[in-house]
Amino acid sequence: MLTVRALKRLHISVSFDLQDGECVALQGPSGVGKTQLLRSIADLDPNEGMVKLDGTLREAMPAPAWRKRVTYLAAEPGWWSDIVQDHFGGWDDALPLVKRLGLPCSCGPWPVQRLSTGERQRLGLVRALMLRSQVLLLDEPTSALDSASTAAVESLIAERISNGTSVVWSTHDNAQARRVGSRVLVMNADGGIEENRP
Amino acid sequence: MTYIHLAYGDLVLPALLVVMDGALSLALRLKLEKQLAIATVRMVLQLVLIGYVLTFLFAAVSPLWTALTAVTMVLFASREIVARQKRRLSGIWSYGLGAGCMLLAAGTVTMFALLTELRPDPWYHPRYALPLLGMILGNTMTGISLGLDVLTNSLVRERAAVEACLALGGTRYQALLPVLRDAMRSGLMPTINAMAAIGLVSLPGMMTGQILAGVEPIDAVKYQLLIMFLIAGGTGLGTLAAVMGGARLLTDHRHRLRIDRISTAE
Repeated sequence: MLTVRALKRLHISVSFDLQDGECVALQGPSGVGKTQLLRSIADLDPNEGMVKLDGTLREAMPAPAWRKRVTYLAAEPGWWSDIVQDHFGGWDDALPLVKRLGLPCSCGPWPVQRLSTGERQRLGLVRALMLRSQVLLLDEPTSALDSASTAAVESLIAERISNGTSVVWSTHDNAQARRVGSRVLVMNADGGIEENRP
Repeated sequence: MTYIHLAYGDLVLPALLVVMDGALSLALRLKLEKQLAIATVRMVLQLVLIGYVLTFLFAAVSPLWTALTAVTMVLFASREIVARQKRRLSGIWSYGLGAGCMLLAAGTVTMFALLTELRPDPWYHPRYALPLLGMILGNTMTGISLGLDVLTNSLVRERAAVEACLALGGTRYQALLPVLRDAMRSGLMPTINAMAAIGLVSLPGMMTGQILAGVEPIDAVKYQLLIMFLIAGGTGLGTLAAVMGGARLLTDHRHRLRIDRISTAE
């Protein structure tokens, strides 16, 4: 279980729990701090407050180990090498997920520049899913996708959730929030959150 | 060893060449005449001043005065490093990192040359220590300033890539590695280019100076080779220390990228 208590970053001040195998949707107007919240839980920005995973404090483990368990995926994933497959520990291991999300298996040796925004978003998701993290912090993971690709992503994540992965899913799509989340957390301009049950 | 003595009056005619540059700037509206005039006056004053300072230091042969001069040179060089960067480290580190790395690299390499190859008596003799330090410092300064410039600019530009690696559980050094490599390459490239072109495209100033002062060309070449080896070592060491130090300062103990520690020059 992920426990977040009095997490503070800039104007944000948030507390909530996330059970194993639970998905909560995170909503709120643009600029309200959803990305800041997800990044802070992953400890990518300086922040205050208590964050625990299964009772273990975040600070009790090295930050890289924390992020392998609690993984943040940006809406526009970054690429540190020119070639797609350089970003994966083993490209062959990634192929089942690549196929599942409707990407061409031949895209491994492609230059990243050749990928469309939607292909980059799906490959970013594959890269994050390969870590098999306990918690996924997804920042608008389908914002650049058509309806078929969105459905493929939702189905894949739902499978992971049923296997025990916990997910915080940030989205501007109300229908998607109701589809994927057992709860909806709505961030307000004051940096707090309110809970709605779909 | 004989050489043709120059009086100050002999420099008037060559100085007209700079006046020609000023006239060109006026004619072509380059708006460089003011900068050119200031740079020329600075160059003349600085060189004449250092001439008198070196005369004093060579006569005194004092470890204290030599050390003070060396520290002053390092401080001026660190100021120059900061001035050359568009994006700088915030706070005291903007000067501290460059100064520390230059002192480490140029100091180590100069001491190495003084204690192993040249062995003047005394070992800190300013006639050897200061010109050596000056030449190593000048090149190390270029390497450090280029390395830090590429590091800060790349981290701002490649933030998404660096943070993608961090978010997937990479350590700060794994995440910064591509940027560190680019920064190191940029810092070392001028020295490598200079080494490749030397003797064919350019005759270095020190060697030319020695030859004009009556030293046999082959002896001047040996000194130049020594200097180039020292410059290569100093630049490598200084750039490595500055880039690694910069990487450490621009991340924190929780392996987070700290772009907020970079300020932009106005």
